[in-house]
Amino acid sequence: MSELLTLSAVETHIGRYHILHGVDLAVPEGATTMLLGRNGAGKTTALRTIMGLWRASAGEIRFGGSRIEARPTPDIARAGIGYVPETMAVFSDLTVKENLVLAAREGAMDESRLGWIFGFFPPLKTFWLSRAGTLSGGQKQMLSFARAIIEPRRLLLIDEPTKGLAPAIIGALIDCLAEVKRRGATILLVEQNFRVAQEIGDSVSVMDDGRIVHTSAMAELARDGALQHRLLGLSLGAHQ
Amino acid sequence: MSVDTGIEPGAALPKARGDYLPLLLPVALALAALPFVPVSTWFTLTVAGLAMGMMIFVMASGLTLIFGLMDVLNFGHGAFIAIGAYVATLVLLPLGGWMQADSIWLNLAALLSAIVAAMAVTAVIGLAFERILIVPVYGQHLKQILITMGGMIVAEQLLYALFGPQQIPLALPTSLRGSFLIGDAAIEKYRVVAVLVGLVVFVTMLLILNRTKIGLLIRAGVENGEMVEALGYRIRRLFVGVFMAGSALAGLGGVMWGLYREQVNASMGGELLVLVFIVVIIGGLGSVTGCFIGALLVALLQNYIGFLVPKLSLISDILLMVAVLLWRPRGLYPVTSR
Ligand SMILES: Nc1ncnc2c1ncn2[C@@H]1O[C@H](COP(=O)(O)OP(=O)(O)OP(=O)(O)O)[C@@H](O)[C@H]1O
Ligand SMILES: [Mg+2]
Repeated sequence: MSELLTLSAVETHIGRYHILHGVDLAVPEGATTMLLGRNGAGKTTALRTIMGLWRASAGEIRFGGSRIEARPTPDIARAGIGYVPETMAVFSDLTVKENLVLAAREGAMDESRLGWIFGFFPPLKTFWLSRAGTLSGGQKQMLSFARAIIEPRRLLLIDEPTKGLAPAIIGALIDCLAEVKRRGATILLVEQNFRVAQEIGDSVSVMDDGRIVHTSAMAELARDGALQHRLLGLSLGAHQ
Repeated sequence: MSVDTGIEPGAALPKARGDYLPLLLPVALALAALPFVPVSTWFTLTVAGLAMGMMIFVMASGLTLIFGLMDVLNFGHGAFIAIGAYVATLVLLPLGGWMQADSIWLNLAALLSAIVAAMAVTAVIGLAFERILIVPVYGQHLKQILITMGGMIVAEQLLYALFGPQQIPLALPTSLRGSFLIGDAAIEKYRVVAVLVGLVVFVTMLLILNRTKIGLLIRAGVENGEMVEALGYRIRRLFVGVFMAGSALAGLGGVMWGLYREQVNASMGGELLVLVFIVVIIGGLGSVTGCFIGALLVALLQNYIGFLVPKLSLISDILLMVAVLLWRPRGLYPVTSR
């Protein structure tokens, strides 16, 4: 399997803080790579560095073979990366429709693709003309997802999509991800919920203190409770 | 878990936040003044207030967008007001014949040329201002204040040097002089024109902001510029465009104000800037509608107070701002998360 995205020895400083201390990460094409790690490990910082929202102070980021670490954020997005940030970042003053109009930058929205998205996330259709600021947390997450997939993207960066959401919504998000993946997208997914990670991840990298400390197939980590505990501080019972 | 799944088909629609209260404020203010003044005077004061409010809105609308979208405190905005007024004066010098002609069309042609020239010049100067002064200080508020104030002072001194410190007359064209009489109330024609121009600017801005992709990008960028970039749009280009448009609007406001006072002078920009900032703050930094209401409130209040309690008129703007901020600490329609 070839790699769509690779980070080699990437370092990131935020202000005077040194956050990423040489991250090496490979995201194989067509697969779902999980990025796990404790709170404050640097997962969000890694995704933001890929998007160019923080600048890598050292190291190399390649996407589809070309270096992107010095390119401006809009160019990185246009190279084919969709981003679902941890904060969801829906434009609350804009309607659901307007949020998606902006996300579909190639022009008019594709009706059939929109119908496909409504299939996973019916509330987006119900609240089509409501301001996004009036949506519930779960609905905002649906909108943030929809923005990232309204046009086909080669790579999706998704940051903790299930945080604080009800099981029914998590189910809808997982269904959507599975379908997006089946259609050939590559996904880099940060997820704290180990059950979800286990369900959709192919491979996994674990971060701690700004470094990747473990990389393996997802199934391998899922089998090894002691390893999980050491890397993530999970107690098995709490996450079954 | 009590989280709203939001996927039951029968679930109630979340109410779109229809926040219409601030829209009623100017009406309430006008009605509140009615018992204290004779009706014909009230009518004249109200039209004067509306006209003044529209002109201040035109000047302030650009500033509020610049602040909301780019997070730039542009104290140089006043310079564009003065420059616009001077450009109009220069253009109208050779067009004196058209201005004094009895034909309303020749009058309007002259005015229109002055306005187009003023807006074009201020837009181009705005472009240079953004490239040279603002770009190096994005994200640094203190430096922005210092450098844009510096730019303002330099512009003002240049105007002094070129045109002298004296008031320069800027006469209204023949057909816009004088007043209508409605009952006992005298309504200056030019004030009606100013109200119309202000309304056209306001409606055009709302249409652009709500109906075009550029407008959506501006509104989205006011809220979260980073996410706009992550969707693949170059927000810097938007910045430049908005800065030029905002400067051109300041130029237009300057022309309108000059014609209203029938004179221009180099310090007019600095004098108006205080008022413009008050309006932008009252409106909620970044909101065009808030800015519109804020401008009307400030101007109406000034006119009523100026008539009723002239001694208070110096501080009426500040009092209004304090009152609004006590009610809504982030302004009438806060839009940015800053
Ligand atoms: N804007 C910032 N300024 C300073 N430090 C920051 C900033 N953002 C993040 N950090 C620090 O960087 C480290 C990594 O943060 P990051 O958000 O990347 O972690 P994370 O793995 O995404 O955590 P979580 O699971 O809580 O989302 C943390 O120590 C955090 O305090
Ligand atoms: Mg995070």
